[in-house]
Parts: sequence; C-alpha cells; structure tokens
Amino acid sequence: MLVCLLRVTSAIFGDPLTTATGVALKRTALNRAHRALGARMVDFAGWDMPVEYSGIVDEHVAVRTRAGLFDVSHMGEIDIRGAGALALVQHVTSNDASRLNINQAQYSALMYPNGSAVDDCLVHRFAEDHFFLCVNAANSDKDFAWISEHNRFGAEVHDVSANYSQLALQGPRATTILSKVTDADLANLRYYWFTNATCAGVEGLLARTGYTGEDGFEFYFAPRRSEHVWNTLLEAGRPEGLIPAGLGARNTLRLEAAFPLYGHELDEETTLLEAGLGWIAKLDKSDFLGREALVEQKARGTRKKLIGFEMKDRVPARDGYPVWAGGEKFGQVTSGSFAPFLKKNIGLAYLRTAAAGAARAVTPGETIEIEIRGRRAPAQVTPLPFYKRPKPESRDQKPEIRN
Amino acid sequence: MYPQELLYTKDHEWIRVDEETGIIGITDHAQKELGDIVFVELPKKGDHVTAHESFGTIESVKAVSELYSPVTGEVTSVNGKLSDSPELVNSDPHGAAWLIKVHLDDRRETEGLMTSDQYEAYLAGSGAAEAEKDRS
Repeated sequence: MLVCLLRVTSAIFGDPLTTATGVALKRTALNRAHRALGARMVDFAGWDMPVEYSGIVDEHVAVRTRAGLFDVSHMGEIDIRGAGALALVQHVTSNDASRLNINQAQYSALMYPNGSAVDDCLVHRFAEDHFFLCVNAANSDKDFAWISEHNRFGAEVHDVSANYSQLALQGPRATTILSKVTDADLANLRYYWFTNATCAGVEGLLARTGYTGEDGFEFYFAPRRSEHVWNTLLEAGRPEGLIPAGLGARNTLRLEAAFPLYGHELDEETTLLEAGLGWIAKLDKSDFLGREALVEQKARGTRKKLIGFEMKDRVPARDGYPVWAGGEKFGQVTSGSFAPFLKKNIGLAYLRTAAAGAARAVTPGETIEIEIRGRRAPAQVTPLPFYKRPKPESRDQKPEIRN
Repeated sequence: MYPQELLYTKDHEWIRVDEETGIIGITDHAQKELGDIVFVELPKKGDHVTAHESFGTIESVKAVSELYSPVTGEVTSVNGKLSDSPELVNSDPHGAAWLIKVHLDDRRETEGLMTSDQYEAYLAGSGAAEAEKDRS
C-alpha cells in the first residue's frame, strides 16, 4: 500500500511532488534550453513552463537588484487591423485606445457587459488602424473568440500567438545588458512605448513593458531563432549578474508590485472598479462593453474592495484563505506568498464593503485576521503597492507614463 | 548521497531510529522539489503523533505541504531552529534540519520503510518513469 507521508495541499504551480498528467503540454521554442539549464518544469495553463532555475528567492532578488530573463512565449498575441480596427478595440476594451500614439502601448482589459474582465492585456498601436494585443496564455483562445464574436466593425482579427516568441528582460541593469545586443535607441524608448528593433541579430518588436515592477523590456520575435536570442542575452548579461528566471519569481515579483493576475484578482465576477483598476476604465470615451455596469456601480458603490496586507507572524497567507475582522468574516485572500525581496509574508484580498452589507469598512493600518488551517493569524492592512522601485537617478531617464 | 543510517518513505521523509527514539525529517529530494522553504509548523513537545497522520506543515515559496508521520509515538523534542531559520531544510535536510524526535510506541512500524539503496532506486525509477512519459 502506498501511503502518502508528505502531501502537497496547496501549490501555485501544481504539485511539485507528483508527476505531470498524461495530457500533452504545449512547449515554447525554448523548452530544450530550459531543461538544459536544469529548470523545474510545471504545467501552467497547458504549457510546459519553467517555474524556477536556481530558486524563486534567488531569481526574484536578481530581478530587483540586477536583472532576470524570462521566457514568456506562452503569452497569446492577437492582431487587429483594417478600417474597423480602432472601433473594435474601443468596443471590447476598457482603456482609451484612441489616445495611443503609434508605437505606444497601454494596459487595458477585454470586457464583459457586467463590468468584469474577460482578460487583462497590453494593447500596442502599430498604425492608426492596426493593433496588437498581448494576452494571458490561459485566456488566449477565449479572448480571440470573444473579440471575433464582437467584431461587427469589419476589422481583421487574427490569433498570431504561434508566430511569436516573447522574452522579458527585467531589472535595474536591463538597459545596460540589452544595449550590448540591440540597435535600438534605449535611452529614448520610454516606459510603455515600443519600437521595431534587432536584438541579437533577430528582428522583432521591442517594448519597454513588464510584469515585475522593475524597469525592463519585452521582445516579441519569430520563434525560429529563439535559442540564439535567449543564449545571446544570457551571455551579454552574465557580467551584470543576469540569470534566467521562471514563473515562480514572475508571480512573487508581480505580487510585490501589486499587479493583478487573472484567475486571482480578476475573474468574470469581479469588476474593474472592485479590482482597483478604475484607472483603465475610461468611462468618458465612446461606449464599450461593461461601461454601463461600471457607471452604475460607480454611483452605487462596489460590493468588495481589493486590499493589501502583511502578516504579523512568520506564517504565509495563501490563495483562498478566509479573512476576518472584528469577529466578522470579510472575504478571502486572492494571492498570498512570502515576498522574497521585502522578506515579509504579504497578500491581496477582497473584503466586503459596507455597500455589500459589511458592518463597517476595513481601513489601512487596521489589524485583520487570516484564517490558516483553522486558526486565525493577525495581519495588518497596508497601502498598495507593497513594493515600488526607487526613482531612477539618471537625468536621461524619462518619467513613467501610464496610459 | 542518502545516508545509510536513515530509513525512507515513498513520500520523501526520513527517520533515524535509535533504540526507542525516532528522528524525523524530509529528504534532499523533497526539499529540492519544494524549493525555498519559508515556514515550518511542528507539534509541541508532549504531543502525540500517529503513523500516516499529519503532524505539521512545511511551506516553500510555491507550495504548502502537510507532513505525515511514518511512526506513532510521543514527541520528545522539536527542532526550534526551524522557526527562525526554515531555510535550514534546504541547506541540511538530513542533518541540522531534522523536524521532530518521537518516542516510538512500536518499533515494528519502521519495518516497511526503504533503505537508502532502495530509496535511491525508487527515485531513479520514478525519474525514469517521468522521462518515459516525457518521450511519449
């Protein structure tokens, strides 16, 4: 009889102590490279992806202090072009794409009529009538179907995910490293702008974007020479302390920066206002899916509110744990982890608002309780984000612009 | 790699039996698979643990795992270093990062456990099975 003595009860990226299911996983063009580097591979949204190489803590700290290189080729890409392209993008997303300059990108959300997100995404403007969306791997098919279904504007919509590898080079030394292997003018490539560029001799789209809370770049290019680009970047970055980083560090980095992750802070029942993403819901632009629901909710008040907290003890909070305040159950944790750079246990949680029947509002600085394995552990409500990168000292650095 | 004086379970824990006392920990393989350990929750001295039942929790950055006891008995000692330095489990899983000492109710409970050779063969076997799956 096989008796389990060490059982994984909760894991962010699948159970590390059991082997994968028989389902064939999709592989990025760098699958062999990851395995050669000794990466621990996991099933993430149907993709065989590296969760860590040298270790999540090591990789996380490298990105905060030096640089890390991520293979994010599992992300989906959707191309929208033609006469109706702007009208379609404006109809299905919440941010105002008409305000984008050519070669500029914005964080946005694909919307359901109830004010929640089909997905969150980056919208890049290639030309007046040509847009390029980067979406979550897990939602890619759903997103493409949703956009196509709402295309009454005659735009051309293509799922071009298979045409691109995507690498993210992130960290304070990203510019120094990338400048060794690219022809792009990085000093003049501002945050949330992109350019056509050659990196390691390969042509692609180079954007100053990322999901880590650090300065950095994302490079989209044809998959054929992925290993060459990956290896050239790692080699160029070695003197700067660049290391490969996996999805584990990507998750803890985005949590410290309090960026939402679809399936955790965002889902089909959570509105943008509740998720604290009111800043990408441009209610004054032309009509869009979910606008009416958001306008109404803005007037009436949200049912729940996303807050950040820090555990007072050493015990980590995890996704799904109940949250209590003053003897009342207020909601649950959506993301919780040890934060490797801050060296604290932090988390995001949704709490019921007074509008949804809570006796009172929970305020920053207040002590709440996280229910962990039947016991309640104290935590303090803290302002978001948990981590904000230090202001660049260089005069050449342009200020951050969020669209 | 795996010390000969320890006995091993299929779920990657070890026990060192000395007369009536068993010292319990997790294996090097387990710590590698879990990654950076950030929290260990253990019973108190005097608590009773039961074979095949949970006696605590170990958490890495990416996963929460319950610890299941290979034996039945009373906890005589708990490794207090792990509350402040859980990362010891990564650096010295078979030594300084032992979890608990138990006064065994019945030594025969350890008879079905694996020797270090058997455990290494077991790891190689599951690795081969994984590689096989990978090719198919």
